[in-house]
Amino acid sequence: MTPVAAPADDGPGNPWFSWRYVHENADTIGTALRFHAGLTAQTVLLALVVAVPLAVVAYWIKPLTAPILALSGILYTIPSLALLSLLAPLVGTTSTTSVLIALVLYALLVLVRNSLAGLTQVPPEVIDAANGMGYGRFGRLLRVELPLALPGILTGLRLATVSTVALVTVGSLIGQGGLGDLILGGFRNNFYKAEILTGTLLCVGLALVLDLLLAGLGRALTPWTRGRAA
Amino acid sequence: MSYFQEGITWLNDPLNWTNPGGLLDRLTEHLVISFWAVLLACVVGWPIGIWLGHRGRGGGTAVTVANLTLAVPTLALLTILPLTPLGFGKPPVVVALAVFAVPPLLANAVTGLRSIDPETREAARGMGLSGGQLLRQVELPLAVPYLAAGLRTAAVQVVATAALAALVNGGGLGQIISAGFGIGMSNGGGGQIVAGGFAVALLALLVEGLLAIFQRLVTPPALRVRKRRRSAVTVSTP
Repeated sequence: MTPVAAPADDGPGNPWFSWRYVHENADTIGTALRFHAGLTAQTVLLALVVAVPLAVVAYWIKPLTAPILALSGILYTIPSLALLSLLAPLVGTTSTTSVLIALVLYALLVLVRNSLAGLTQVPPEVIDAANGMGYGRFGRLLRVELPLALPGILTGLRLATVSTVALVTVGSLIGQGGLGDLILGGFRNNFYKAEILTGTLLCVGLALVLDLLLAGLGRALTPWTRGRAA
Repeated sequence: MSYFQEGITWLNDPLNWTNPGGLLDRLTEHLVISFWAVLLACVVGWPIGIWLGHRGRGGGTAVTVANLTLAVPTLALLTILPLTPLGFGKPPVVVALAVFAVPPLLANAVTGLRSIDPETREAARGMGLSGGQLLRQVELPLAVPYLAAGLRTAAVQVVATAALAALVNGGGLGQIISAGFGIGMSNGGGGQIVAGGFAVALLALLVEGLLAIFQRLVTPPALRVRKRRRSAVTVSTP
């Protein structure tokens, strides 16, 4: 993404926000926003597809719980910039894939932890009752345990989504940062404040919108929790 | 795999360590920035968290607000703060990193004080302890494992995100990586990128390991089993 030149007649000095900038660069901003949202969605979906089965495995096979949590914890500790710089030479320095892999790895820990926490919070009486009703292992998982773990999974999903939106910006190291490219572009382009702040506001806005959407989805999916205090 | 070999070659050159702006310089820079950021965050986060946890009201809201900072990209604060009166150089980087270290410290402090058995608190009050005494003699010692857990999360996160300061020329180990990208992959920058990546990752894991030991040391033996339940309290941006 090529940094745009600051318009010369954009008010005195270097304003923090400029509608003129937004208006004139609507295309660039729109592309960055779509890229950002798309990458976030891909990341969260991929991470969810990997994390829930992993949490179930950790839940079923108790000796694997600690290693799975420890491994994802170690992956989470590795700084995003380091992970990206180790992945980029392998996958290709300009490809989105390296950013995607890094993001999925980070979202994984949050999701595995919260899914596992949700699963382990299922009361033993409920499991006894399900067994008594003749549920097998999978039936019990699908009909009883996963639905009851849903609040935990959804909490993880919200956390993972919000932090992924923020993390995508790190991809601007290799020019694949979506709105992060705007932020860094503005910084490099003679500290063009309007570009930086537009990128930041859209980033925060995107995170909040996605969080609200997921919160709404959570309420719709778990009607039985509504009476309880949050 | 050739990039990894290049990385090892780069690391094997002593000049890459001792040059001005070499690995040792950047490491010192990294640690100094991280230290001040964590200290600043502790000075801000702990008193607020402890006070809210002691009061028992408003804690939930504070934790929610603190977690909202998850939505703000570190990169954004790192680029915005130098343009404020803070000016360029280390101060804006320290402040930006501290802002993101406050939430885990605050949230864990609130959770630590709130998760104390109400009966313990009742008993202490029954023994005639005042609010301040209750806080100092009962609540704080019992909350130490949580405070340590918060410190560990915050410190590891600061050390990890300090690498991002390089994107805005703020110094630190990330500078090795961004310099590698500056040289370009085809011109032999790849080795430097990988080496920088290794250094940053290793430092983060090292800090995590050391603080995990520290956390275990300050946790009274009687509380050690319970501490596992803390895992889902806060998760923060790496």
